[in-house]
Amino acid sequence: MTLAPTAVESVDTETAEAPAPPKRRKKLMPKTVIGRTLLAIVATGFALLFAYPFLWLVSASFKPRGEVFDNQLIPKTFSPQNYSEVWDQLPLMHWLFNSIGIALLAATAVAVASSIVAFGFAYFRFPGRGLLFGVVLATMMLPAAVTMIPVYLIWKETGLVGTWVPLWGANLFGSAFYIFLQRQFFMGLPRELFEAARLDGASYWGMFWRIAMPLSVPSFIIVFLFEFQASWNNLQGSLIYLNSGSPEEFTAPLGIAYAMTKYSPTNGGEGDYQYVMVAALLVTVPMLILFAFGQRYFIQGIATTGNKG
Amino acid sequence: MSPQVDPSTEAIVTRDASRRPGRKPRQRYDRREAIAGYLFISPWIIGFCIFTAGAMIYSVVLAFSKYNLARNSLSPAGFANFEQLWEDPRVAMSLGNTLVYALMAVPAEIAFALLLALILNRVARGAGMFRTLYYLPKMTPVVATASVFLILLNGNSGAVNEFLGFFGIQGPQWLIDPAWIKPSIVLMALWTTGGSMVIFLAALKNVPQELYEVASIDGAGPVRKFVNITLPMISGAMFFNTIVLTIAAFQVFDQAYVLFWRDQSGAAPESSLFYAIYLFQQAFRQFNFGFAAAMAWLLFVIIMCVTFIQMKVGNKFVYYEGGR
Repeated sequence: MTLAPTAVESVDTETAEAPAPPKRRKKLMPKTVIGRTLLAIVATGFALLFAYPFLWLVSASFKPRGEVFDNQLIPKTFSPQNYSEVWDQLPLMHWLFNSIGIALLAATAVAVASSIVAFGFAYFRFPGRGLLFGVVLATMMLPAAVTMIPVYLIWKETGLVGTWVPLWGANLFGSAFYIFLQRQFFMGLPRELFEAARLDGASYWGMFWRIAMPLSVPSFIIVFLFEFQASWNNLQGSLIYLNSGSPEEFTAPLGIAYAMTKYSPTNGGEGDYQYVMVAALLVTVPMLILFAFGQRYFIQGIATTGNKG
Repeated sequence: MSPQVDPSTEAIVTRDASRRPGRKPRQRYDRREAIAGYLFISPWIIGFCIFTAGAMIYSVVLAFSKYNLARNSLSPAGFANFEQLWEDPRVAMSLGNTLVYALMAVPAEIAFALLLALILNRVARGAGMFRTLYYLPKMTPVVATASVFLILLNGNSGAVNEFLGFFGIQGPQWLIDPAWIKPSIVLMALWTTGGSMVIFLAALKNVPQELYEVASIDGAGPVRKFVNITLPMISGAMFFNTIVLTIAAFQVFDQAYVLFWRDQSGAAPESSLFYAIYLFQQAFRQFNFGFAAAMAWLLFVIIMCVTFIQMKVGNKFVYYEGGR
């Protein structure tokens, strides 16, 4: 909580990759060559530990059935046909399409709606503003489990269970954490900017859309990326709203859980885990690409707000 | 939540007072501006009324009702659902499993994330590359992580046990032996500890270097510097990470679901039955919405109590630079 209010304003100026001033770096480093080498070895060791499951996953996705459980990092039998067979084995294309569609809708909806609401809290003065913003913050403390069942029953009444809508529709109303994040950003903008626009005849909406939004692109991207990842990862939501449909309607996480059961020998499968591995890899890759492009936003977003994704 | 989130209100009051002297504070709002403000926040108000406040009231009603799936209707049940919380042994068992998991996972995650952050903060070359590598597992979908660890943690041929065998250690049957199921999930949590690490790293970068220099002049060794300077200076991040990780640990679901509970045969070991799993089963497998709602409220009360205690204890130890 103590970290939360620190400024997000520095997002665009201070990139996460920016090296610290060399003078400071020098002091932090271990003084002896031995110390420095030891530290480099430990750091590399941990890097290998973190990288190993990825390397293993890539390797396993090229192994034929029966060899997936062996521990060779180089497959004994190279089986690239897994990648062509998997599309017939599993409706993977549907899963990726569903996941991308839902994640795009969820992230866009929550980023735009939260920005609008945040601007309302940041710029306008109205009775009850402090109290209402307190309520926004308080809702962050509410465990999802408390509202999970009634929200399901509400969607059931609308007849939309089994469609994408329950997985992103509520995002149209904004989300407390993102409202908080965007408001912090808007609060950092000089009020004179808006007073000037007002004098030039800008409407309230124009002030938001033409001035506040373009300036808040960095924190908007943070919100978008966080929510895209959260939606991509959302297993429980898919279980609740899509599980009773056909496998073609699943999202990627639900699909992988389904594939693990389908091929499990205890369920009458034949242990074709290589297809699960291909699917797991293909579901992970988009996130790694997202991180490659948005790394500084992720790191900055976490460091300044404490979001855990 | 945080006492310092709204620095604006005071400033606005004083600015308004200087602009329009003599007015009563109640009348200081510009009517058009206020209406526009309400319009801007109206999406949140609507969402709050339906998906938060409405849902909470609905949840209270559910907790005192019995849900009939066939007729999709509720009938009053008094305190029956809450009595069942005591009578159903699986509630206490899943709660116990969750508590044990939280007690293992949170300290382990804090220690490991801090260790990684300390390394990243001091490493001479390639800090950016190492940080990316340490953070990448956090980007991996939990389901994909679980599907990989299912095989890595295989008791007979898994890579983890092979690695341990390298040091002459006979590894356990991670995902079968009830005693090792929770440590298995802790291991997965440690692999994805990047978020906490980044928060620690940001805190470490904010520690003024002069403090270490002064301590060196006074003859303090690395351990004393760590205990007397680093730990107090990053206690805010420590506090934050502890609270967030504890709340997450109490709701652990995905990993356990994918590894043990995805098929409905019920053959999974009891020590993997976490509270969120049992709640989900009661709600969406058994359709005991009333009982599940009562379970959810119990979880809410427990999380609130634990967070409150952590805040009370934390306030004694956390060092605030501003001297708050």
